[in-house]
Amino acid sequence: MSKSIKDMGWDELVQGAALFSFEGEVDYEMSQVQPEDRDYAETNSRNAYVGDWRVEKPVFNKDFCIDCQFCWIYCPDTSIIARDKKMIGVDMDHCKGCGICVEVCPTNPKSLLMFNENTDNEEALTQWPEKSEEKGE
Amino acid sequence: MSGNKVIKNLKSFSTAAERFEGSHVLCPGCAHSIIVREILNATNDNLVVSASTGCLEVCTAIYPHTSWDCSWIHIGFENSSTAVAGAEAMNKALRKKGRIGSDVPEPKFVAFGGDGATFDIGFQWLSGCFERGHDMMYVCLDNEVYANTGGQRSSATPIGASATTSPAGSTSYGEKQNKKDIIQIMAAHGSPYVAQVAPNKWKDMIKKIHRGFDTKGPVYINAMSACTTEWKFAPHETIEVSDLATDSLVFPLYEIIDGTELNITYRPKNIVPVRDYLGAQPRFKHLFKPEYEYLIKEWQERVDAYWEYLQRREEARV
Repeated sequence: MSKSIKDMGWDELVQGAALFSFEGEVDYEMSQVQPEDRDYAETNSRNAYVGDWRVEKPVFNKDFCIDCQFCWIYCPDTSIIARDKKMIGVDMDHCKGCGICVEVCPTNPKSLLMFNENTDNEEALTQWPEKSEEKGE
Repeated sequence: MSGNKVIKNLKSFSTAAERFEGSHVLCPGCAHSIIVREILNATNDNLVVSASTGCLEVCTAIYPHTSWDCSWIHIGFENSSTAVAGAEAMNKALRKKGRIGSDVPEPKFVAFGGDGATFDIGFQWLSGCFERGHDMMYVCLDNEVYANTGGQRSSATPIGASATTSPAGSTSYGEKQNKKDIIQIMAAHGSPYVAQVAPNKWKDMIKKIHRGFDTKGPVYINAMSACTTEWKFAPHETIEVSDLATDSLVFPLYEIIDGTELNITYRPKNIVPVRDYLGAQPRFKHLFKPEYEYLIKEWQERVDAYWEYLQRREEARV
């Protein structure tokens, strides 16, 4: 598609309202190629933004992370970025701030915590709690 | 590379390339997308997917965006099963005629439906697919309510739940009918593999999905999907509520092979009282009034009896 779908008139849209996830022909195996190496089409929701849904955001502190990947498997919004068995960070364009990742984090103190959306990440890291004596739930 | 992904642990699973993209508009904390991600990421095969009308369909394909990195068919409320069955039959016919070469790898066919689309509206279509024996997998995302249209009761809604068409109030305790036992119904169709899964038990789920993909013939998967909006708990509690559901045995995890061989795949170390499961969801909060205490007792008895029944069937192999 050369023209952006947002600029098209109703009679220029693809018949059957087909939406394409990728540009051109996909000649690689989808299950083997990580998202950064894929050629996403404008109509893929990866190019959309839901970051403004958040009231609170998860902040990742890599000092305590044990790369268990609980956050990765339980994230409903495909927002936890894991590469080479390591947790790298949170995709803030797609995170809706549900807080599941914080809830399932098993470390003490947690390696992910919710902070107000307007809090600076650096500042949030300075407010990180100490290791608590109480055993987690 | 085709076939199932080899998944030894969560770390090796996390190297999977995502096939379901973010920025769909499901509620924050929705279990639907957790289940869909776990299923799509478990296989290396190409996929042909369809979804019945419901939260999953409308939220993952809001024009002009799609969240699916595989072939996906947008279809009516009742016929996701038949749409995929048709695609499967077409694939078979075209291969026979040689119009799809044998070098093209076989895709897998998956249909998703909500509990409304599975238990009520699409049941006739689903039943037909299973009778004809298409090589497909049908996944029911069971959140026990018509969540997409505003929380009307479906035949999956359990006794005592407050839904918008069966509200709890001064004269009623909410839903009066018990939930349809869809898994036994699908097993009675002669399906080679029927199972119940939950997103919080991901390893059990992946094992069942792999087995389902390896099975020739129609496979039915009932996936427990905790609904933050209609079960009325906070978005971050999804996994916690799912844990309560599986540990209280309200959603026992088991599989039925060839309609007879029943295996219980998850036995909780500590069985949680059903009261805790009900208490975590404000849709049941009226049951904690003194006049409705007897309903909680009945719930517990019903769950215990069903667990007993499953164990007996597992032992007897019938």
